[in-house]
Amino acid sequence: MKLLSTIMDTVKKNGMLIALIGVIILFQILLLVNGKGVLLNPANVSNIISQNAYVVILATGMLLCILTGGNIDLSVGAVVCVIGAVAGTLICNMGVNIYVAIAISLFLGIAIGAWQAFWIAYVRIPPFIVTLAGFLYWRGVGLLILNGLTISPFPDNYLKLFTSFLPASKAALLTPEEAAMVKLVTMIVGLVICLIFIVYQITDRATKKKKGYDTDSFAAMIARMVIISAVVIYAAWLLGQHKGIPVVLVILAVIVLGYSYFTAKTVPGRHFYALGGNEKAARLSGINTQRVMFFAYTNMGFLAAVAGLVVAGRFNSANPAAGNLYELDAIGACFIGGASAYGGTGTVGGAVIGAAFMGVLNNGMSYLGLDANWQKTVKGLVVLFAVVFDVLSKENRKK
Amino acid sequence: MKLAHTLLEMKNITKTFPGVIALDDVSLQIEQGEIHAIVGENGAGKSTLMNVLSGIYPYGSYSGDIEYSGKHCKFNTIKDSEHIGIVIIHQELALVPLLSIGENMFLGNERGSYASIDWDETYQKADGLLKLVGLSESSRTLIKDISVGKQQLVEIAKALAKDVKLLILDEPTASLNESDSKKLLDLLLDFKKKGMTSILISHKLSEVSYVADKITVVRDGAVIKTLDKEKDSFSENDIICAMVGRELTDRFPKRESHIGDINLEVKNWTVYHPVYEGKKVCDNISINVRKGEIVGISGLMGAGRTELAMSIFGKSYGTDISGELFINGKEVHLRSVKEAINNKLAYVTEDRKGSGLILSNPIHINTTLAKMDKVSNFNVLDIDLEIRVANEYKDKLRTKCSSVMQNVGNLSGGNQQKVLLSKWMFADPDILILDEPTRGIDVGAKYEICCIMNQLVAEGKSVLMISSELPEILGMCDRIYVMNEGKIVAEFPKGKATQESIMASILSSTKGAELL
Repeated sequence: MKLLSTIMDTVKKNGMLIALIGVIILFQILLLVNGKGVLLNPANVSNIISQNAYVVILATGMLLCILTGGNIDLSVGAVVCVIGAVAGTLICNMGVNIYVAIAISLFLGIAIGAWQAFWIAYVRIPPFIVTLAGFLYWRGVGLLILNGLTISPFPDNYLKLFTSFLPASKAALLTPEEAAMVKLVTMIVGLVICLIFIVYQITDRATKKKKGYDTDSFAAMIARMVIISAVVIYAAWLLGQHKGIPVVLVILAVIVLGYSYFTAKTVPGRHFYALGGNEKAARLSGINTQRVMFFAYTNMGFLAAVAGLVVAGRFNSANPAAGNLYELDAIGACFIGGASAYGGTGTVGGAVIGAAFMGVLNNGMSYLGLDANWQKTVKGLVVLFAVVFDVLSKENRKK
Repeated sequence: MKLAHTLLEMKNITKTFPGVIALDDVSLQIEQGEIHAIVGENGAGKSTLMNVLSGIYPYGSYSGDIEYSGKHCKFNTIKDSEHIGIVIIHQELALVPLLSIGENMFLGNERGSYASIDWDETYQKADGLLKLVGLSESSRTLIKDISVGKQQLVEIAKALAKDVKLLILDEPTASLNESDSKKLLDLLLDFKKKGMTSILISHKLSEVSYVADKITVVRDGAVIKTLDKEKDSFSENDIICAMVGRELTDRFPKRESHIGDINLEVKNWTVYHPVYEGKKVCDNISINVRKGEIVGISGLMGAGRTELAMSIFGKSYGTDISGELFINGKEVHLRSVKEAINNKLAYVTEDRKGSGLILSNPIHINTTLAKMDKVSNFNVLDIDLEIRVANEYKDKLRTKCSSVMQNVGNLSGGNQQKVLLSKWMFADPDILILDEPTRGIDVGAKYEICCIMNQLVAEGKSVLMISSELPEILGMCDRIYVMNEGKIVAEFPKGKATQESIMASILSSTKGAELL
């Protein structure tokens, strides 16, 4: 009975994760029934990751903005375009070294973010207005730089940085020996990750015990270890069947882990939740709320630049329409992932789940060959009801 | 009207929430034309009872019967109860700040037809009703431009517009100062003469005994007793006993004072209003607090007490602040809240929900918010340590909660106040400025908060307490400053001050004192 209630509670706490798993299973079945294979096949999983990398990156930055009080950044799509245009001009047209060009692009992203953050944090112009203006003029700047044309292609060393796979292989088609190598290496990476996770869990529990803090039940820890390890090893196996670990997945892992740690474990991270939860209380607790706000939007500029570079690599071009409406994907991912529209609650992990949900939905429907008009309709409705399910399950938990 | 007839009878009302019995077989009789007060600790079930009566909890969600004017009532919504003349005015005012008084009064009850509002009739009727409640404002004034006291009167006028027969007021004077409170209570007495029946829910026993004909005491969801003015005496001690269910020999805990050197000294402190240029909010104020001393600042609402405290606390209020500030004999310049905290100053706000706590966050996060350095290394938080210290404060202050992971928004007022105190005690201050530390919390919790204050000064800390409740100021403080219109107008040592002497010093220093 106790086990059952623990499971029920976990389900309610992770409503969106359950919804994500539900959607995956649904498509798995639909595709099988229609004789089109499965959703979770090696090539497609790899594809879903590269397709949605930009959403995860942007949603991470957007989450910090939303945490400060439900504030959003409408300009990120346009900034993605500007950064792509600058990187393309520097690398393809001017032949600048790619690392120098990347550094300049990232710095430019920070500068764009700081420019907008200044008006928001210190002049107190509403973020909606500042970034709506940015949405317009950064797109204009992007078009001016590109002169309305597409720059393409990027050199191989740039593409390798953002679109290749680990372990690296020279040819497009793997030789059987190389394929075996890839399988082995990904599996080893998967096992190492599991090992690190398990060791961390055990030592964390031990220190907690030693200091006399509360710990989860032993069974819960084992269950968590088994489930996470199974997922990681399955993912490693899938990726090994294809070409290996996409480089972009490594970039995502660094960003997601870094920002999760920042929001959950650090003092400046805590300041975001305090500001969004109650601005006056935050200020009366000695928190420099303007600085928090400034950081949120400057950081958004930085992550938009990262996304801009990734997108340019993926499409192998800098084009005037790049990043169009990406801001809505990022905002959607945060809200689907449980962030509050009033600020103060939400997690990076939630935003990633939100992004994955949207990604799987898009991919699954295309794979099924659903008509594009239907795709939009279904997507909108599924997003609505997924969030309704999440909100209702949380309400039930309160009672 | 000696033989009054029963206007309302609630019989055997039982209302349960999952896991809790909020009302347990409650019966209540209200006579035509009386003022019936309901008192009880927070969470005793007063508001639940009124929500049952006004239809917020629809018929069927509780058991028992309601009879009104001899008729059996089954309310499904508030509209149903308002339709027969039962109007409830909630503690939190429900007025729209950017609409005019008249628009607010007829909100949901618009004059004219559905497709076309008759504004002339609206404002004419509104003006008439405003006169009835003693307001001289035009009904075209926006709500945001009038004081809270007047807004409360607008709420009553709004109830009158609905043709009210039974008026229910939930803590109507909670945010009013003494003179506005008196005005409101006199208005109730006036309406009583005209035959209106009212139910008054209040924490303030002096007010209750001033206006009520009957007092019903509620505790733990049950009616303990009903006192009748004509038969029983309204002794405050009896009422408090019935409310808390135990003998409170003393409403304020005793304490031996061990007073040391001057800890905080403010000299010639002047603060200007942040918006209205040239308006002095604090005018040349000099005060001091010694170690181990509780010093009170008494005064009416709007006297500038909160503004004084906040301007001292790292200039978190006001502009053009001038004057000198000494802590422990050394002059300090506190330019930000952070500097104030680092100089061992704490300001516990009067508005715990609005500017004190993060209601959507759990207790442990709120506890450490003002001094996260203590639970972090190089800006990395030790959440386990945070939970442990939160638990220590929870035990120390006897905060009632399921765990420190519980969101503060789900706690009762008294427990929220304890979390707020934990937060500032955790910041290790030497000087605590407590702004209305017992506002809106019940008698039992008040006593506990006072005990905590005594404990703090026993440790050699200094407490500067701002309070609008005179008995509390008199019961707790070693020394009392009286503040009025931005100036310190009197200073009394313990024992020399009485309610009368404090009020007298306020009244004699008020410009246009003849108004009162």
